[in-house]
Amino acid sequence: MVDFQLSVEKMLDRLYAGLVAEITRRELHDPLMIGIHTGGGWIAEKLHNRLGLHDPLGLLNISFYRDDFSQIGIHPRVLPSNLPFRVEGRDIILIDDVLYTGRTIRAALNEIFDYGRPAQIVLGVLIERDGRQIPVQADCIGGRIDLGPDEKIKLSGPDPLALSIHCS
Amino acid sequence: MNKSIQFDAAGRLRHFLTIDGLNRGLLVRIMDVAESFSSVTEQQVKKVPLLRGKTIVNLFFENSTRTRNTFELAAKRLSADVLNVNIATSATSKGESLLDTIRNIEAMHVDMFVVRHEASGAAHFIARHVAPHISVVNAGDGSHSHPTQAMLDMFTIRQCKGDFSKLKVAIVGDILHSRVARSEILALNTLGTAEVRVVAPRTLLPADAAGLGVKVFHDLDQGLSGVDVIIMLRLQKERMSGAFLPSEHEYFTYFGLTGERLAKANPNAIVMHPGPINRGVEIDSRVADGPQSVILQQVGNGIAVRMAVMSMVLGGYGMANVGVAS
Repeated sequence: MVDFQLSVEKMLDRLYAGLVAEITRRELHDPLMIGIHTGGGWIAEKLHNRLGLHDPLGLLNISFYRDDFSQIGIHPRVLPSNLPFRVEGRDIILIDDVLYTGRTIRAALNEIFDYGRPAQIVLGVLIERDGRQIPVQADCIGGRIDLGPDEKIKLSGPDPLALSIHCS
Repeated sequence: MNKSIQFDAAGRLRHFLTIDGLNRGLLVRIMDVAESFSSVTEQQVKKVPLLRGKTIVNLFFENSTRTRNTFELAAKRLSADVLNVNIATSATSKGESLLDTIRNIEAMHVDMFVVRHEASGAAHFIARHVAPHISVVNAGDGSHSHPTQAMLDMFTIRQCKGDFSKLKVAIVGDILHSRVARSEILALNTLGTAEVRVVAPRTLLPADAAGLGVKVFHDLDQGLSGVDVIIMLRLQKERMSGAFLPSEHEYFTYFGLTGERLAKANPNAIVMHPGPINRGVEIDSRVADGPQSVILQQVGNGIAVRMAVMSMVLGGYGMANVGVAS
């Protein structure tokens, strides 16, 4: 592990400001928030309170929607997704911790659409890095970093939240 | 029978044929994965794409309603394509051998056989002869094994009662002909159940019943005394070739579960039955439909457990060498 730490607080502030602006720009009406298990859920919890959203926070576990199932098999203990609301026709803010290849977001979108057809989805991530493999971009980010092919960025939490870079 | 046939060279579950030879960790894992699938039924689209592009063949040589339907629904909820082979109208009924039937379906590039057969060992036989990329799940073979039924019953018990180490479980009825009872006894003992009882007339018990790791009772009132779980079994008349019972009426008199008899068990005891129920033969309707009955919960759980088994078998399950009993 490289001795390197990024300020999660600053990134959360930037992501929050970006989402406030995006809610206005896209005219999101009473949006729902969904965090992607696990890191995205921690970030979403912080933002959900700050944005004062009415509906409870939803948690998405995309394990059953991963595109590498045939290579890695099924995870033994998958926490079920919990979306305590109907998504049909609603505006949704989808939150994840790190945007890397884009495959997690693709899986998350597929799963959300299995619950219903939302009106709009806005994607917010704490940090995006290089290495996209499919055309998925975030609407709001807290920060951006370029890493080497052997490096991985990981969020630990939930208390305290900290980002660290690991060499594989 | 060869137990290791259930695992590939890397120790991953490849076939699911019997509880025998599986360890506690794997049984718990099956229940955990089944639990994970619980949210799928809440979705508007009640399926996940795990087995998209896979083809699962239901090969039922014996009648079945619940098991075949729940296997089919489980496969469809995993987004697999399902082929139901109707044996009654297939070439098998025109004299084609079992292996020829298998070879022909294999040529259609399928990925899994779900097999029910009246002969004990049929699923093992097929597993030994299928192509390396094909998995076999046993949906009941003769009087031998019905591992997914056992697992859905374990899952239901865990949902209702939690820790197996504190439970007394009574399995009541036709133990001799019951593949469900054999698989359940294995699973309950593997999971560390405090006490497993079998309650049956002497004619409906295997000669080596005590050797199965159970307490044997021939009196229903005594057998039910203080138990937390009662599993009633159907009288398998289709497998009885001799005179095992004087009459169904007499069987009900001595071994039928009535409200009065249920009162011998713990007040919170649950009543289970793998179905189909013979009302008035092994169980009174008021008990089958009563507040302590979890029979319909078992049916619903059958889908989640079969989803778990099929996804673990076709996708490995990420960890090798944890499933074989040491």
